[in-house]
Amino acid sequence: MTVETRREIGEEGPGPSASAAVRLEGVTKRFGDVAAVAGIDLEIHDGEFFSMLGPSGSGKTTTLRMIAGFEEPTSGRIWLLGRDITGVPPFDRDVNTVFQDYALFPHMSVADNVGYGLLVRKVAAVERRQRVSEALQMVRLDDYGSRRPAQLSGGQRQRVALARALINRPRVLLLDEPLGALDLKLREEMQIELKAIQQQVGITFIYVTHDQEEALTMSDRLAVFNAGRIEQIGSPADVYEHPVTTFVAGFVGTSNLLTGDAATTVIGREGVFTVRPEKIRLADPTSTPADDEASALGRIREVVYVGPDTRYIVALETGGELVVTQQNLETSSMEALATQGRSVRLTWKRRHVLSLATSEL
Amino acid sequence: MAESRWVRIGLRIATGGVLVFLYLPLVILVIYAFNPSRLQAWPPTGFTFDWFAEAAANPAIRRALGNSLLAGIGATSVALVLGTAAALAVQRFAFFGRHTVSFLFVLPIALPGVVTGIALRTTFQTAGISFGLGTIIVGHATFCVVIAYNNVIARLRRLPRTPEEASADLGADTWTTFRRVTLPGMGTALLSGGLLAFALSFDEIIVTNFTAGPGTQTIPMWIFAAIQRPTELPVVNVVAFVLILVSTVPVYLAQRISNGAGGSRI
Repeated sequence: MTVETRREIGEEGPGPSASAAVRLEGVTKRFGDVAAVAGIDLEIHDGEFFSMLGPSGSGKTTTLRMIAGFEEPTSGRIWLLGRDITGVPPFDRDVNTVFQDYALFPHMSVADNVGYGLLVRKVAAVERRQRVSEALQMVRLDDYGSRRPAQLSGGQRQRVALARALINRPRVLLLDEPLGALDLKLREEMQIELKAIQQQVGITFIYVTHDQEEALTMSDRLAVFNAGRIEQIGSPADVYEHPVTTFVAGFVGTSNLLTGDAATTVIGREGVFTVRPEKIRLADPTSTPADDEASALGRIREVVYVGPDTRYIVALETGGELVVTQQNLETSSMEALATQGRSVRLTWKRRHVLSLATSEL
Repeated sequence: MAESRWVRIGLRIATGGVLVFLYLPLVILVIYAFNPSRLQAWPPTGFTFDWFAEAAANPAIRRALGNSLLAGIGATSVALVLGTAAALAVQRFAFFGRHTVSFLFVLPIALPGVVTGIALRTTFQTAGISFGLGTIIVGHATFCVVIAYNNVIARLRRLPRTPEEASADLGADTWTTFRRVTLPGMGTALLSGGLLAFALSFDEIIVTNFTAGPGTQTIPMWIFAAIQRPTELPVVNVVAFVLILVSTVPVYLAQRISNGAGGSRI
């Protein structure tokens, strides 16, 4: 099925970024008095792996469910490949969904689950069998067709759900925290597998997650959701290296904020600033920083040894705290832990300081 | 446990007493069904299947049995369709007065049978409907609907909604989703509800008496009439014995189905 799907995609438009797979215009969703989604605009390119990242209740799942058609927006419009699908029922939309709880049909075999989309679209039995076996092969479950979902492990159910959602060759696949119920090791394996499958079938993936690492490693671009709004959209590097709000800085990575006195003393002007912990160097308090460097004096309040690196939590003389991450290139855990309570000078390149807008909440 | 020896013995006697109280009459009835004497007197004089042959040959019994089966099947079918529809409406859609409607569905089972019976009789007479099997089915359906409704709504509360969403997502319209996903999910609830409803209908006599009219007789009605005629008593025992079997088997099956099937779902 993969080759064919790719050809279908290739016939549309000149390149993946040229056309929008999904476009949201001023979309709002209210449940009673609560606005779960408070007016978002979003354009997701054809063929990209797009993540919607945010804490629970930030509106990311509601947004996904509006694209799928399970919820209708209170106001605003949704476009799928140039077609206005606002108000169109889920069964008339060319998108498919992988559900968080898999939502497999318990009374059907794995093969019947996977073939369901073909069955209800009245695809002939011969072609159905062929495509089901291809789909099962793709998710490496060739021999599991006759089993019941209850006889499968969590990871296998996950792959059945994926095969079932891809069988109709949708233009856009929606994934609602698909790896949330799996343990860490399996989750990491599935991340790689999902990404590989996305590149293989060449369709747009819209991926909801609250796991920032997952979003950073898998996505071409991501949107950070907070309180029903999008705080930032960009590539993983963009969002991580250049967070634009305090919320994004804190949710994607360690927040490391410099505010109030710390900001005026260290940075030299008022505002809210951040420096990523791995950009900061620990130095002797008597040393002088280079011209292109900023620095601050403080005392190591706590040392957290985490294997490949060590996190130092430093209380600044000007008030506030900064977290510093250092790779354990030559330091042993004993040496690292012994630095607790010492006075240090923190230095970093001025270009690594980012000015942030204050987020709601 | 901390109960003393005497408490334990006392409890055992009480348990045994309850069982004897509940089942001794049934045992006596079954024994008399095999007793060759036409007079019901202890001790039994022997062992015979004659009364079974006599019962099987009796055209009134055969007619009554046929009517009871038809009434049971008819009332159960009506109850399953209406009960399922009502349960879906109450469980799946929020509408004004939903809880009141839910209460009103269950209320008829608490009403005395005589009240239901006389109310139906009056209504049928007012509407000019002639009495017969059809009116019996309607009468039985009034309490069978409650059984079906309760079974289905309990299942719907436990069923997750996402498989239905997945079905719609994969291209199935509302009816296809109902037929292929929702209905199979309710399957065992419908079966156990149906069996219970059938068992209730099969031995119902009060509502039946009010709604049957002169020409139609069900098995319980035949028994009630036959006990007035002492010569038919052995045959009554046989019919009652068969009734015990016919009404306990569905209840037993219903219980096994609703206990067994629920647990293995994901």
